[in-house]
Amino acid sequence: MATAIRVEHLSKRYRIGATQTKFRYGMLREVLVDVAMTPVRAFKAITGRGMRGANSVTNIWALNDVSFDVQEGTVLGIIGRNGAGKSTLLKVLSRVTEPTKGLVTVRGRVGSLLEVGTGFHPELTGRENIYLNGAVLGMKRSETERKFDEIVAFSEVEQFIDTPVKRYSSGMYLRLAFAVAAHLEPEILVVDEVLAVGDAEFQKKCLGKMGDVAQQGRTVLFVSHNMSAILRLTQEAILIEKGRLVKRAPTQEAVDYYLSAGHSEAGERIWDADEIPVNTAPFTPISLRVKDRRGKVVDTIRSTEPSTLEFEYKLSAPTTGLRVGFYLSTMRGEYVLTSFDTDEPVQFEKFGSRTAGHYISRCTIPADMFNEGRYALGVNASSFGVRRYFMDENALAFNVDISGAPGTHWPEQRAGPIRPRLEWKIEKVE
Amino acid sequence: MAKSTELVRQPETIYIKPSTGLTALNLSDLWVYRELVYFMIWRDIKVRYKQTFLGAAWAVIQPVLTMLVFNFIFGTIAKVPTDGIPYPIFSYTALLPWGLFVAALNNASRSLTSNTSMVTKIYFPRLVLPLASVLGGLVDFAIAFLILIAMMIYYKVTPTLAIWTLPLLILLTVVAASGVALWLAAINVQYRDVNYVLPFLTQFWLFLTPVAYSAKVISDKWQIVYSLNPMAGVVNGFRWALLGTDTGPNLYMAVSVGISLIFLITGLFYFRSMERTFADTI
Repeated sequence: MATAIRVEHLSKRYRIGATQTKFRYGMLREVLVDVAMTPVRAFKAITGRGMRGANSVTNIWALNDVSFDVQEGTVLGIIGRNGAGKSTLLKVLSRVTEPTKGLVTVRGRVGSLLEVGTGFHPELTGRENIYLNGAVLGMKRSETERKFDEIVAFSEVEQFIDTPVKRYSSGMYLRLAFAVAAHLEPEILVVDEVLAVGDAEFQKKCLGKMGDVAQQGRTVLFVSHNMSAILRLTQEAILIEKGRLVKRAPTQEAVDYYLSAGHSEAGERIWDADEIPVNTAPFTPISLRVKDRRGKVVDTIRSTEPSTLEFEYKLSAPTTGLRVGFYLSTMRGEYVLTSFDTDEPVQFEKFGSRTAGHYISRCTIPADMFNEGRYALGVNASSFGVRRYFMDENALAFNVDISGAPGTHWPEQRAGPIRPRLEWKIEKVE
Repeated sequence: MAKSTELVRQPETIYIKPSTGLTALNLSDLWVYRELVYFMIWRDIKVRYKQTFLGAAWAVIQPVLTMLVFNFIFGTIAKVPTDGIPYPIFSYTALLPWGLFVAALNNASRSLTSNTSMVTKIYFPRLVLPLASVLGGLVDFAIAFLILIAMMIYYKVTPTLAIWTLPLLILLTVVAASGVALWLAAINVQYRDVNYVLPFLTQFWLFLTPVAYSAKVISDKWQIVYSLNPMAGVVNGFRWALLGTDTGPNLYMAVSVGISLIFLITGLFYFRSMERTFADTI
């Protein structure tokens, strides 16, 4: 089998600090002021006054010496935390941005789906946007024409195809956008998290379509935070951490490694400044801990005892409508539960608006909750319908030990992620 | 490097690597994406007058109103010399290419920043965006041109045989506009100051272009400097081809053409060399 993509020593550097203040959102005036201030700054630097490093250029290697090959017809998953460099890798592979070093050899046409609906214009009708978006994604007009009916059928918006898309509901809009994208037929398809849109039903349909694409023997690179999607669609995955490729393995192995790796301080996760995305303000995560009944930080909790989950964070400004909470999922990526600290209306009244400061949101996991195994703990801080400040779906992993749990006198594995102590009554009828 | 012999069908191989030195123009890539240029023009035209009451009439109203104001100030009050041509048609003939030029600068300089999601999410030759903006102005130009035809009939102006050069003059306008627009569009990605500079730039440029007055008021000594403005050559050419003035092709127009080409070529190279950082800096 031939190599579809060969990535050799690929690196991508972003300049932050100076880039952000001086160039990125740059105004000529600022540059002029900056130039004028240069002697002053030099003087301050020599005399040791002024803020050290406040204006220094920081280089971030979003990708650092990444090498791998992808054989034709492979569906490769790419996993890693937020900011690990996954999206940068896809951007380089789809030629949106140039690498700083290294070489990528790609055999075949690359179709990239880094976002659905790129180039959609709200004033144009569904029909017009299909043609426009097709052209934006690199489809020939004849190709779009040929697939037009199929696209419309897939999107389920037949009735509204001649209505401007600004009148569409957000669900309809996304369905149409994905439908166009899903009918691209390049030799290599690069997909970023686009499946995280729409309702559950449509997501299922999208995953099905992705599966079909893979069946046709095309090469697919697939980034997702949804581990069950990754497990379902890919046989092999690479794990990227801080711009480096740290593991390439069959998907299950890579996912297990990812979900449990990097937590040297067992039972605790502390966020470094460079792990936090830039736009989380006013929210800053500090740490996340799993504690046992006696308040000790542990990697393994006992299912027969209550345990505590603790999320420590800072608010730099008063925040309204805030909810901070947890996701819990299995190693296979299936969600077990989602819970927020202001789920109780009384709590929401009291803590929905929080002043700036340092907080801990803590919850107790009752005894007899989980079955044995390893679980991933994710965190989320958001204002419902307004903004998501911070999310990390795989912040920490912990084990559950079931000694003493119901049914453990039979040495067998029990199906299902929960293992509650249910009250059984046995009645002899007759 | 790949074992291409194993493949019956050989897909094209793309090398992605850091570009160094002067970037090749790679215009063949632009040709591959010609349909996208077409669709972007089509989108801009479709959207341009959506939800406006007067719709495409705006393409006519703008130059006509400007012509009326100019006629009042320069034709009636200041009585500028027009080589014996009625002032309304004298200025309107110049306002057509001038309008095309200004619209091109305005739309093209914003073309990248108003399509940020396309630039940061999809690969395509970035030249598509400013190019489509410039070419999209030709539709408004054509609509406004109908008024000129009506005026020529009304004022009984017979076009000269030189009218065959009109397409070339339009091309010259497009070349001049594209050259300047490429510079502005690329700079605008990094410095949004372009948005603020542009209204002044076009206003001053209008004064330096013989739209409201005749180029003959400039003394001979300054003609060569004056013709460094590519639009001076364009406007003189339009009047020559349509109204029969004696401002036809001469050394000065050659200077205008040369300058336009210099703008276009340097603009293309500058744009291409900045293109690699567009997605990161926009």
